[in-house]
Amino acid sequence: MTASTVAQAASRRETTAQERFFMASQAQLMWRKFVRHRLAIVGGCILLVMYVSAMVCEFIAPYDLHRRNSDYIYAPPQLLRFMHPENGFTLRPFVYGYTQERNPETFALDFTVDREQVFPLRFLNRGDEVKFWGLFTTDRHLLGVEEPGYVFLLGTDKLGRDIFSRIFYGARISLTIGLVGVAISFVLGCLFGGISGYFGGVSDTIIQRLVEFLLVIPTIPLWMALAAAIPREMPQLQVYFLVTIIISLVAWSGLARVVRGKIISLREEDYVLAARIAGETDMKIIRTHMLPGFMSYLIVNMTLAIPGMVLAETALSFLNLGIRPPLVSWGTLLTEAQQVQVVISYPWLLYPGLVLVITLVAFNFLGDGLRDAADPYK
Amino acid sequence: MIAYSLQRFLYMILLLLLLSVTTFVIIQLPPGDYLTMYITRLEASGEKVDQSEIESLKRQYGLDRPMYVQFLRWFAGIFQGRFGTSLQWNRPVIEIIGDRMALTLVVNLASLVLVYVLSIAVGVYSATRQYSVGDYAATAVGFVGLATPPFLLALLVMVFFHTQFDMSVGGLFSKEYAHEPWSWGRVVDMIKHLPVPVIVIAIGSTAGLIRVMRGVLLDELGKQYVITARTKGLTRRRVLFKYPVRVAINPMVSTIGWVLPGLVSGGAIVAIVLSLPTVGPLLYRALLSEDMYLAGTLVMFLGILTIVGTFISDLLLMVVDPRIRLDR
Repeated sequence: MTASTVAQAASRRETTAQERFFMASQAQLMWRKFVRHRLAIVGGCILLVMYVSAMVCEFIAPYDLHRRNSDYIYAPPQLLRFMHPENGFTLRPFVYGYTQERNPETFALDFTVDREQVFPLRFLNRGDEVKFWGLFTTDRHLLGVEEPGYVFLLGTDKLGRDIFSRIFYGARISLTIGLVGVAISFVLGCLFGGISGYFGGVSDTIIQRLVEFLLVIPTIPLWMALAAAIPREMPQLQVYFLVTIIISLVAWSGLARVVRGKIISLREEDYVLAARIAGETDMKIIRTHMLPGFMSYLIVNMTLAIPGMVLAETALSFLNLGIRPPLVSWGTLLTEAQQVQVVISYPWLLYPGLVLVITLVAFNFLGDGLRDAADPYK
Repeated sequence: MIAYSLQRFLYMILLLLLLSVTTFVIIQLPPGDYLTMYITRLEASGEKVDQSEIESLKRQYGLDRPMYVQFLRWFAGIFQGRFGTSLQWNRPVIEIIGDRMALTLVVNLASLVLVYVLSIAVGVYSATRQYSVGDYAATAVGFVGLATPPFLLALLVMVFFHTQFDMSVGGLFSKEYAHEPWSWGRVVDMIKHLPVPVIVIAIGSTAGLIRVMRGVLLDELGKQYVITARTKGLTRRRVLFKYPVRVAINPMVSTIGWVLPGLVSGGAIVAIVLSLPTVGPLLYRALLSEDMYLAGTLVMFLGILTIVGTFISDLLLMVVDPRIRLDR
């Protein structure tokens, strides 16, 4: 092999790499940039795990949502252990039970770890009977311990309910409110932003003033006032949707702004003019020619809008104005931690808050990664 | 310049009008009106209310008129300081709110100042020492600050002070000053209590603004005029503060439009957790007991705060940005 053929082969390889770059579709280019953003991948994975586990929370949670263990009220979290006192290291993790004693000074029940009681964790354990998605009943749970043993990985609340289980059930409400809310804001934002940007004139002025108004009003007080008007006796599901609608009624304004800005800049493009001269309808021009041009920006903005909605729901529910028991969300779980004294005595009541913060950070990472990926100049 | 200020002023009036409509909608939202609740109250306490009395009360409050007439009457009342009657306290709304409005203003203004001081300082530090340990630390704290709900942060801070220093940080005044009239001692007492709530309220917005400041400043520092100024012999510090920082502050001023609503909004919920004597907890209690005239007025007050604040920021932008000052 001569030197020239080596050089030729090298240059050919280079062109194929280059060609692949040039031939790649917009989506492929974005994907490549996205996977290079390591934090975004981490965030995405965390969210994927969370959404999947929220979907099948009946199965993942060791206990039913309403299961009360009246003997174990405010039980502290149990540690998962692998070192058995007699058998040494076991691959099957286990937890120690508790013995309770009345504290002579404070009269509170004190829990002490009892190394005599060993509850090994069992895979596909038979436990509480739950109705999966309201379709069929099952008593199999991903993990659990045999009765009368108990496992409270994140402790229990004032009624002896397992917080670990309740966080999964709460995730179902808290995480979906973000998605449903963004879907509603997406429709409203596209509609009003589109009208405003494409047609301009009077409709633009009116919609822009409305958007400006919604952006400048402090959201939480407004949400509180609207949510407080939901009648107390309304069915759970309706409350859920009403809360979501209330949140998105205010939140669409940001998306509408993005849509409007993008449409105004695209409206002046020659290819849009060409489409109009060719006699296409306004709706078709918006849909097939303009929407793909800013879809990526919209997705980024939606991802970054979700944490705000999750936060709004949590704040409202924390104040008893949003989701109400027996429905649980992370916010309703945190209402138990409203008093400082309670939090100091039972700090594990704040675990739902930790999960919330992790979720929101993950959303922000994902949104940042998507933004960088969607930006062609970066 | 005059045209620009006039235009912004007219926008402000328009937004205030929209706000008053929203407030009226909020007041009307719960089923039943002021009167039906008043009557149920009287009946609950064992008093008999006859039909003619109800009719005369209805006429007195104008509840027999169509909705838009009711709105106009309520709207006209605002300008005479009549915001309706609080059902819960049985007193005119304006009497109850009094002090709390001023304190809300103080807390929010202090938070706003802290947000800008912190974010400009940390933003400049982060941008000039890009990829240093401090920069990464600021980014990390920023991400967590952005993702921690203000009420959770307030709770954590309270627990922290309680366990570490055995200090209760709720409220804005010590016990001995809580119900005192204003005096020098009370002001000092308030200033001592201010830092904790103000920091809690400010942290979320600061996290967002640090990123804005850092980003803009990094863009500016890479520009050629900075290199030119350096080659001409200006010190690093002088170049930095003379040009790029001043350019970067421009977008910061225009962010007041969304920072202020965020602060007021977060401030309301922090105030509930920390039981500050501001508008937030009062609004919460009013909403729980469906005391709608009070609740509506409080939402309106918070709205006025942000709308007027945004207007002032528009005027400020005119001061710092000569393009706006000279163009229009």
